[in-house]
Parts: sequence; structure tokens; C-alpha cells
Amino acid sequence: MIALSDYLILGAILFSLSIVGIFINRKNLIVLMMCVELMLLAVNMNFIAFSHFLGDTTGQVFVFFIMTVAAAEAAIGLAILVVLFRSRRSINVEDLDSLKG
Amino acid sequence: MHFDSSILIPVLPEIFVLTLACIVLVVDLFLKDEQRIITYGITQIGLVFAAVIALAVAQPDTQVVFDGSYVRDAMSDVLKVAIYLVSFVAFLYAKDYLKDRGMFKGEFYTLGLFAVLGMSIMVSANSFLVIYLGLELLALSLYALVAFNRDSKQGAEAAMKYFVLGALASGMLLYGISMIYGATGTIRFDELSTALASPDLNNMVLVFGLVFVVVGLAFKFGAVPFHMWVPDVYHGAPTAVTLFISSATKIAAFALAVRLLKDGLGELQMPGGWEGWQGMLIILAILSMGVGNLIAVAQTNIKRMLAYSTISHVGFILLGILAGTQEGYTAAMFYTLVYAIMSLGGFGMVIAMSRRGFEAERLDDYKGLSHRSPWFAAMMLLLMFSMAGVPPTVGFFAKLFVLDAVVSVDLTWVALVGVFFSIIGAFYYIRIIKLMYFDKPLDDSPLTAGLDTRIVLSLNGLSVLALGMFPAGLLSICTAAFGG
Repeated sequence: MIALSDYLILGAILFSLSIVGIFINRKNLIVLMMCVELMLLAVNMNFIAFSHFLGDTTGQVFVFFIMTVAAAEAAIGLAILVVLFRSRRSINVEDLDSLKG
Repeated sequence: MHFDSSILIPVLPEIFVLTLACIVLVVDLFLKDEQRIITYGITQIGLVFAAVIALAVAQPDTQVVFDGSYVRDAMSDVLKVAIYLVSFVAFLYAKDYLKDRGMFKGEFYTLGLFAVLGMSIMVSANSFLVIYLGLELLALSLYALVAFNRDSKQGAEAAMKYFVLGALASGMLLYGISMIYGATGTIRFDELSTALASPDLNNMVLVFGLVFVVVGLAFKFGAVPFHMWVPDVYHGAPTAVTLFISSATKIAAFALAVRLLKDGLGELQMPGGWEGWQGMLIILAILSMGVGNLIAVAQTNIKRMLAYSTISHVGFILLGILAGTQEGYTAAMFYTLVYAIMSLGGFGMVIAMSRRGFEAERLDDYKGLSHRSPWFAAMMLLLMFSMAGVPPTVGFFAKLFVLDAVVSVDLTWVALVGVFFSIIGAFYYIRIIKLMYFDKPLDDSPLTAGLDTRIVLSLNGLSVLALGMFPAGLLSICTAAFGG
């Protein structure tokens, strides 16, 4: 039997991986977006686990909404990425340095 | 199952704004480029109507609808009307700016209206799910608006930074929400505060969740140390969008904080000294006031300077919220509304100064403004004095009420830190006044702003003075919003 704490630890590991990915990654914006998606999936894992062990469906409903919003967010993110690539010919994170002060 | 249509009445403002956004989207398809003024007209008339509807459904008692996920109370009425009117003024300033730069498109108004809808929903949310959906609707519209000038390198970069950090913030907030849901088994704010009152809860999970929620909130507010996106977004976005982000969304951020911390997690204000959100907000507020004011001094770009000034004002708003008393929430709300008016005026002035091919972004562009346009220099003077907190402008009273609320909960040292940093802050506001009145102009051309911008900007500047002379009216509205 898998306990609630196991699910939570898995969720925490996924969440930490995504945060580390966002901060360490210096090369590719697409990888950065994958990290953002992973973060939302880690949250979904938490919600589903809690929902199952509490015997309450609210958490599962919440997950459906998070997945919908994540899809919209990916669409907007990729659109911005296209605009960025058109103006700079690069999606390197290190090239995002024209705004400083 | 019987559907009672009377539950739709408290949601009428949101239904109206949604319909308006869809109408604008469709009508705009059938218009030629020279007819875009119709899109603009529909949007503006619609926003005024939305404010009227929000006033019409207002009543003293609280209504909770949609199985407790949605609430209409005195606070939501005031904030909704404020959001609609502030957005109205923001769109009005934006019109000439967009026209001059070939960005006068229907998408601006559609995205803007969806952002307004998102803010409205946040203001009325009574569960984590609804507040999250409102927040995302607002954020997704804003990401697109920041990148609205597709040919601008800076705009795209700002939008990307905003997107990544905004998504990170949403993730943090959601992670916190999932923890709180796990500990209490509910996502509704009213049930949550009852659940939190019982002593047999898993405190570890709760505190963990609370930390993540506060971090997410601080990201959205732009409080230090989660402020990295604010200057870049303000700088890179078109000024018309910066104006909207800095004014209307701050009202929504205030609503987000009150709904989450007061309605939802009110029991966790200070359960064991520093473990509650009061301690976290004290740290955020002091850092925001300090870092915001100190870095603003070093800026040479007025949009970046106003961005850091926003950060320091956010610190003051958080001061009011962390007091956790009715007086504190009232003061924070007063501050938020006043700040929205001041930042509308400040960025409105930047828009009025710039013209086709020229962005009045450098501080040097304001040199000798009193020779070029004495009246607008006087308006800018009022706005800057108000941001610095000099009486008799309203900024003084906003700071006074917040500090008073903090002192009355025995956090005098926090109030003293606030006063100290606002003295430092006065330096860079007064520097602008010095540039306007005592330096020679770099270019002598008169201002080209349109008549409507001039009238509204004058009203905006004078309102700061008028509210400062007679703050009682706005204060009583804010007091009533928190049942005083």
C-alpha cells in the first residue's frame, strides 16, 4: 500500500526539480517552459493524492481546471516565444539582457 | 434540479464585462482600420455601464452564491467600481499612444477587457479555485498585452520574463493551495476559516502551505525579494500597458491578498508568533520599502523609477494588511485606491509627454517642463508630492492611515522603518520636480497630447489635491467596505 506521504514526497521532488530547472537552465527557453509544466503537474499529483486520501472529489475537479489553464498558458508562452525568436533569432536565456538598471 | 436565476444577480457585472469583451471581439472583425474608434467607444461606454451595474447590485449585506464559491460584499462592490473606472481612464490615456504607434487594434481592448474580467472575478472569489481562475485570466491577458508591440525587442523580452516568473508564481501559489487543501479538506474560504479554528490540525503541512501561498502572493504583488520582473516589465512594455498594469492590477492584487489572507487564512495571522503570515508580511514590507526606494534613486529611466516606486508603495499596502485589524484593511484599501490614481497620473504624464517616434522615458526629458507647459508641470508636481507623501496631497493621508494602523497593533518599530524609507523615497520624487522647474529644457517643442488626455490628466492631478483636502469621503467608503 502506498501511503499519502509517498505521494507528497514524489510531488515535492517533481516540484523541486522544476524550480531548479527554471533557475539553473541558461540555454533554452523551451526547457524553461517544460519546467513550468512540470511544476503544475507536481501540484496536480498533490491534489490527486489528497483528494484520494480525504475521499473528497474537490481536488480532482481542481486538477481539471489546472490542466486547462496549463494548456492556455503553454499557448501564450509559445506565442511569446515565436515573437521573441522573430525579433532576436535566438531563444537563448542568456540573450535576454537588454533590460537592465 | 431547480436552477434559481436570482443567483445570477450578484454576478451581473462579470456577466456584463464578459459579454462586452465578446462583443468587442466580434464587432472589431467587421471594422476597417480607420474605424477602430468604434471599438474604443464600445469598450469605454461598456466600462462605464459595468461600473453602473456594479453600483446597482451593491447592497449592504453579503451574498454568497454558486455553492459558496462566489461572494458579493461591500468590499467587492467598491473594488469593482474602482477597477472599471481606473481601466476606463487607463484606456483613455492609451488611445493616443496606441494610435501614434500603429497599435490601435481591437485586440488591445479585447485583452484589456478580459483582464478586467479576471480582476473582477478575483475581487469576488470565495474559493481557491475561483481566485486561481481569475488570477490566470488576468495574467494570461497581461502576458499578451506586454508583448503587444510585436516588433519591439524589449517588449518581447519583457513579456517572456513576465511569463516565466508569473507562471512560477502561479505554481508556488497552487502548491501552497494543494497543501492547505490537504490539511483542511476544503478550498472554500468560509469553510477554511472554520476548519482552521479547530486545534487538531496538522500544523506542519499548514505552515508549509501558507509559506508557498505568501510567496506566490508576493510574486504577484511585486514585493521584494520577488520583485525581479517589475522593473523589466514596466520598462519593456508599451507605456499604455505599463499604465494599466501599474494601476488597475494593483487593486486586484490587494483584493487577492485580502481574500486569501483575511477571508481564507485569517486564523493563521499569528498562531505562534512569527509562524503566521503577519511575520512574513513584515519581512516583505520592510524589504519592499527599503529596496524599492533605494534602487529608485539610481534610475535614469522614469518607467523604471516608477516601477521601483511601485515596489515601495506595495510595501506600504502590505503594512496595512499585516496589521490584520479592520483599521489596517481600511487603510490598505485607501492606500491602494490612492496609489492607483497616482500611478494613472504619473504614467499618464509619460504618455502625454511622448509623441510619435519619441518616448519620454528618460528623466532628462522632463527638464524644463515648466517652461514648455506650466500647467502640466504643476500637475506632475502634485502627483510627485502625493507619491512622496507631502501634505496637503492625498498621498500623505494614505501613508498616515497605514502607519496609524500599524502603530495601533504595537508594531511601532515597523512604522518607524516605513517613515525612514519614505524620507529616502522623497528624494527621487523631488528630483523630478527640480528637473521640471530649475533646469533648462532639452527640447522646446510644446506638448502634443490630445484634448481628452489633457482634460483627464488635469482632473487626475487635481483629484490628488482635492482628495488630500477632503479625504473623509474616500475614507468612509473604505471603512464601510470592511463593515465599519
